[in-house]
Amino acid sequence: MPFIPHTSDDVRAMLAAIGAPTIEALFAEIPPALRVADLPALPDALNERQIARLMAERAAADPQWRCFLGAGVYEHHIPAAVWEIAGRGEFYSAYTPYQPEASQGTLQVLYEYQSMMAGLTGMAVSNASLYDGGSALAEALLMAVRANRKSKSKRILVSRTLHPYYRRAAHAIIHNQGLELVELAYDLTGGHTPEAALAPYAGQDFAALVIAQPNFFGVLEEVDALTDWAHRQNALAVAVVNPTALAILSPPGTWGVTGADIVCGDGQPLGAPLSSGGPYFGFLCCRQELVRQMPGRLVGRTVDLDGKPGFTLTLQAREQHIRRSKATSNICTNQGLMVTAATLYLALIGPQGLEQVAATCHANTRSLVEQITQIPGVSRAFDRPVFHETVLKLPRPAQAVLEGLLERGILGGFDLSSDYPELGQAMLVCATETKDEMDLCHYAKTLATVI
Amino acid sequence: MLIFDRSRPGRQAVIPAIAPEFALSDIPESLRRKKPAPLPEVSELQAVRHYTRLSQQNFSIDTHFYPLGSCTMKYNPRVCHQLASLPGFLARHPLAPVRGSQGFLACLYELQAMLQEITGMAAVSLTPMAGAQGEFAGVAMIRAYHVAQGDLTRREILIPDAAHGTNPATAIMCGFTVREIPTDQNGDVDLAALRQAVGPHTAGLMLTNPSTLGVFERHIAEIAEIVHTAGGLLYYDGANLNAILGKTRPGDMGFDVMHLNLHKTFATPHGGGGPGAGPVAANARLAPFLPVPIVGQTGGGYRWLTEADRPQSIGRLSAFMGNAGVLLRAYVYARMLGRTGMGRVADYATLNANYLQAELANAGFDPAFPQRLASHEFIITLKRQAKTLGVTAMDFAKRLLDLGFHAPTTYFPMLVPECLLIEPTETECKEELDAFVAALRQIQQEAETGPEQVKGAPYHRPVRRLDEVRAARDMDLAWRPAAS
Ligand SMILES: Cc1ncc(COP(=O)(O)O)c(C=O)c1O
Repeated sequence: MPFIPHTSDDVRAMLAAIGAPTIEALFAEIPPALRVADLPALPDALNERQIARLMAERAAADPQWRCFLGAGVYEHHIPAAVWEIAGRGEFYSAYTPYQPEASQGTLQVLYEYQSMMAGLTGMAVSNASLYDGGSALAEALLMAVRANRKSKSKRILVSRTLHPYYRRAAHAIIHNQGLELVELAYDLTGGHTPEAALAPYAGQDFAALVIAQPNFFGVLEEVDALTDWAHRQNALAVAVVNPTALAILSPPGTWGVTGADIVCGDGQPLGAPLSSGGPYFGFLCCRQELVRQMPGRLVGRTVDLDGKPGFTLTLQAREQHIRRSKATSNICTNQGLMVTAATLYLALIGPQGLEQVAATCHANTRSLVEQITQIPGVSRAFDRPVFHETVLKLPRPAQAVLEGLLERGILGGFDLSSDYPELGQAMLVCATETKDEMDLCHYAKTLATVI
Repeated sequence: MLIFDRSRPGRQAVIPAIAPEFALSDIPESLRRKKPAPLPEVSELQAVRHYTRLSQQNFSIDTHFYPLGSCTMKYNPRVCHQLASLPGFLARHPLAPVRGSQGFLACLYELQAMLQEITGMAAVSLTPMAGAQGEFAGVAMIRAYHVAQGDLTRREILIPDAAHGTNPATAIMCGFTVREIPTDQNGDVDLAALRQAVGPHTAGLMLTNPSTLGVFERHIAEIAEIVHTAGGLLYYDGANLNAILGKTRPGDMGFDVMHLNLHKTFATPHGGGGPGAGPVAANARLAPFLPVPIVGQTGGGYRWLTEADRPQSIGRLSAFMGNAGVLLRAYVYARMLGRTGMGRVADYATLNANYLQAELANAGFDPAFPQRLASHEFIITLKRQAKTLGVTAMDFAKRLLDLGFHAPTTYFPMLVPECLLIEPTETECKEELDAFVAALRQIQQEAETGPEQVKGAPYHRPVRRLDEVRAARDMDLAWRPAAS
């Protein structure tokens, strides 16, 4: 029997100890009318060799394209040691560290993770993770509404330059509590959110302004001005950032005069493979004053009975297992193992490594754009600087262009026509540090052929 | 020692790329980072050694018996990990076109179908990323259903007092108010109180069965009748599905919508706190409201069903499609159990729990519900020991750590004083259970002869009991570089 150790002698002895005639007798409290005899729609069991073969076939059925698609999920080199260590059974098969004396390993990793994220974002506090970037934004907005004492509003200003999937997920979650997203227009020349777009809302009550850096188009926003505008209006500034980019871009904690209030995003670039959609992890950081409004787990450093330093879950009075209906969120299980991988990733590549990765991504994207825009009819949609992704205008519908690239083994980008019809024939392209000059040339040549 | 304490300026481990000098010349200075991020600078060996040693300070299923009630800490088969980590799955971008994703989508489609059969529901969405997000999906669906009926007065969710904390927290996140329903002394829902509580304001009831008290709710058919007659809907918290796998199905019990914890019942790892997966399943009435995307099958193959196909959907709960890697692990596990393997899980999980309960009763411990059969888990109460010896459930739990066992769940559910909620799971052998009984016997003896010994435990772990008050007061939540 797979994964079940009982011998028939064991079963006999155990039933005798219980005083039950059969295992079946142990289910006597389930009303007979509710019992099922069989699950006929389930397939017969496969053994390890059979399932290995099936899965190998399934995995091989899907072609491996050369990936120039980002749109919120980015291909990065993951140092070999990251998953060698994160995959150790002691991390992989442990539960949430409720018994700190038996979980110091996980707890210290989480504390180090919180420290690294706080340092990267320039904020005082990071929690121990949320599910993903989209749901982290939802939690950040619920938190902003709770935390903003100067506002009575449940309305939140969000630029159309924020990832459309983040806006979609945030809406699906927060509208249940009456929160409303109010969409800001962007500048069609720069691809950013100018202060002019905010002007119509000056003097109105909003709980928060969401600022994405870089935004969905890869474009860098004028984060200082936006942060200060929010604060002048008594709205909190909620940043949505790419953690890799923070190695070269100003951390939200330093934006404007007093810095952003809440920072969130997806941690996937820090050690998680593309992996078909997940697991990744959401991160959430904030200023010290807001910590009691934070959702999710927090690890603190303290001392034990002998005065020896140690780590434990703390401020649990915010959480569902203590506060139940008064908790800051319903989150319980988070994305712990992904955070372990992220901690290893950041430790292994260090500050210089992360800066080099970010700068190489940026340089590769610049180089790619230079080459592609030589092709007649292909041009940059926006004139402002980007991080590692950019919008290109095309002489043909993006869908046809991307199909042509696919036929030649290239996952060429993101078709913007359904989320941003106003951009016409346009696609979003990304080149990370995983691409060499040769790959960039190859992309440019292939694109020229396709067009 | 923290990784930061091992850091030396200029030391490097892995540098995946070197950028050209001019790389950042087009980014205005005002948008640039001024000081490098305060990340550690260590060698690869230092990092590997540091985190390997940290891992060794953990208890885990791979190293210890971990009878954490309500958490189903069963063995996480290595084969599931290996096969979900095949490059074809890991290198796939979530937005890759479906025509190059048929292998991946086939696994998810079949997983949906298997979960449908196991739960007795009409349709499944795999997107929720943990149990609590599955609860959110289900309760948001209940809300969407009432709104679609034009019934805007149903603002209240009923929740038994024994419920897990995520249940009331979820109801609030979905914009409802919560009313608690008491439990009777046999561990069943108090039916009289339920009858009094329901009405035109009732949106639904959230229930776990077997309950968090470790016993099967025998009046489930009546409960469903009461709630449905009042116009409410029934939510099933699937955290305890291991107890009834292949024996009875929430859909047949009268539940309208539910989640499953794949990181419990379907053997995917907990990873020190996640990632999990909390697929949500619904009957025909609520199926139109399931979150998207869902995998559908049409003549030519599999594809994603989106808002366009399912206009009544509550939408998307994350940016992409959920914790794919966890779903693949569960798929492998489910295929290896197959048609006859599901019921076997419940059989041996229940055998182990009842055996352990009998042996502990035999050793002088007090089951909280001695008149009931245990499900896949059970509660012992140490009220007597706390009163007569001054040794609490927490003391027993801490001393167990010294003896090489992870503690059971302590002080949950809150209804039972000084409780240990014990869930051995089907993957533990009899010898392990016997050793656990012996350890608790030893602690009982220690508590009688030298209670101080137990109250000071643990002694043999990397740290002793931690000062939680200081942790909350001083709030040392992050290391910071010395002021420079
Ligand atoms: C009874 C019960 N319900 C719900 C949950 C929440 O599940 P998750 O931690 O996956 O969000 C848990 C697990 O912690 C549980 O034990």
